Amino acid sequence: MSDTELRSAPRRKGLTRRQKRSLSRGAQYVVFVAAVVAFAVSADWGQLKNQFAQADIAEQMFPDVITLALKNTVLYTLSGFVVGLVLGMVIALMRLSSVGPYRWFAGVYIEIFRGLPALLIFIFIGVAVPLAFPGTEIIGGTYGKVALALGLVAAAYMAETIRAGIQAVPKGQMEAARSLGFSPARAMISIIIPQAFRIILPPLTNELVLLFKDSSLVLFLGVTLEERELSKYGRDLASTTANSTPILVAGLCYLLVTIPLGYVVRRMESKAGEAVR
Amino acid sequence: MSRPEIEVRGLHKSFGDNEVLRGIDLEIGQGEVVCVIGPSGSGKSTLLRCVNLLEEPSKGQVLVGGTELTDPDVDIDAVRRRIGMVFQQFNLFPHLSVTENLTLPQRRVLGRDKAQAARVAAENLERVGLAEKANAYPASLSGGQQQRVAIARALAMGPEVMLFDEPTSALDPELVGDVLAVMRMLAREGMTMMVVTHEMTFAREVADRVVFMDGGVIVEDGTPRQVIGSPRHERTRHFLSRLLDPAMAEVEEETSDQVGDGG
Repeated sequence: MSDTELRSAPRRKGLTRRQKRSLSRGAQYVVFVAAVVAFAVSADWGQLKNQFAQADIAEQMFPDVITLALKNTVLYTLSGFVVGLVLGMVIALMRLSSVGPYRWFAGVYIEIFRGLPALLIFIFIGVAVPLAFPGTEIIGGTYGKVALALGLVAAAYMAETIRAGIQAVPKGQMEAARSLGFSPARAMISIIIPQAFRIILPPLTNELVLLFKDSSLVLFLGVTLEERELSKYGRDLASTTANSTPILVAGLCYLLVTIPLGYVVRRMESKAGEAVR
Repeated sequence: MSRPEIEVRGLHKSFGDNEVLRGIDLEIGQGEVVCVIGPSGSGKSTLLRCVNLLEEPSKGQVLVGGTELTDPDVDIDAVRRRIGMVFQQFNLFPHLSVTENLTLPQRRVLGRDKAQAARVAAENLERVGLAEKANAYPASLSGGQQQRVAIARALAMGPEVMLFDEPTSALDPELVGDVLAVMRMLAREGMTMMVVTHEMTFAREVADRVVFMDGGVIVEDGTPRQVIGSPRHERTRHFLSRLLDPAMAEVEEETSDQVGDGG
């Protein structure tokens, strides 16, 4: 084969690749816009507005929806997160332990609590624990129960995240710490875990977002008026007013927190990406 | 020579079926600088790591300053405080500033108070010529600077012995000199040093003794003049000729007795 033959690339008949690509993209846009328009036109907006966007009902929700419901949601979430973090750290260290039974226990724990729906855990905490230990009260009442239930679920996920973070710290860090005279535990606390947390901050924050939504399961524990969080509050009000506006408002309150958190996670992830040399 | 600072007796080390060290006997006296050379996989790094028990020997004894490290009842963390170690990859703590890299171990391990740790840190950064980088983070330093900080970090613990595991192998060639200068200074000050290295000039000029290892045993042990200048063993001659003039080496058959890379 000669040089000239190689250089003159074979031209297919009909459209070039570029023309084909712009044609197919154009077709996709048309279908997409048509679908959105069809959806928007066919929906009964008047009905929706009546049911979900009654300004006077929305108005009467304030300030309680923030000062009570959102506050409780945040409280439940944070307490669950703290319990999950502490428990998750313990499980992660057990998983990495050189002691067989610890590893085994941690593995079983993770499999069980990752595999069960959070709803079942809530019911279990609400029903089974009082049955099994009659007379004992979980500290903090509803708050304690929620923290425990959310924490048990979160710990399973966080344990795996924390373990991955610890293992992502280069082996040389532990060796350097040991060669300076750190005990294994001290090296873990002073050198390894701080570095691991930098690595896992984005996934941990994601976990916080998930917990935030899971806190709605509190309604299966049976709560007093003062202990209601966003979902329960919205549902109660929806049934007393016979209108769904409170559900929409509650939903917006969730987004008020989850969207900024999501933004923070993306910021941290892109920052972590830059830090990698 | 008084009692040896480092004493290795009948040391064996295996990784699975792979026997990396096959009976090492070595004594290093107080203030002595010993360079360990040898081809990759000869076990020299493993030997060094056995001296502070980063690798657990399979058999044999290691004594440093008269304390037996291989005694199962010894407080290994306490002994390690007397042994400084410098790694090929520096292993600075990236989440801490240069000063914190030096002060945190002093405070957590030696229990020194903040002011004293800071003072010792500043002194040692001064010694390695990096006082102006005190507040920098490791990522912003060159490899040579990081390695000097790593040396200062080890020195801040007041060790009696310093171990160097190929301290210049990960450095760009133009940065090697600064690190070797610091090591030369340490040697002059009378520090007991065990250095695994490929820097023949350093070995020739600074070392009191050069140990040549191959296949998990010590093949030759003597002054630099003897071992590098007029090696007695064919294996040493062969290694040195390949190291000193790599362009002249010939393609050869892989020998079957080569052990896996221990370093």
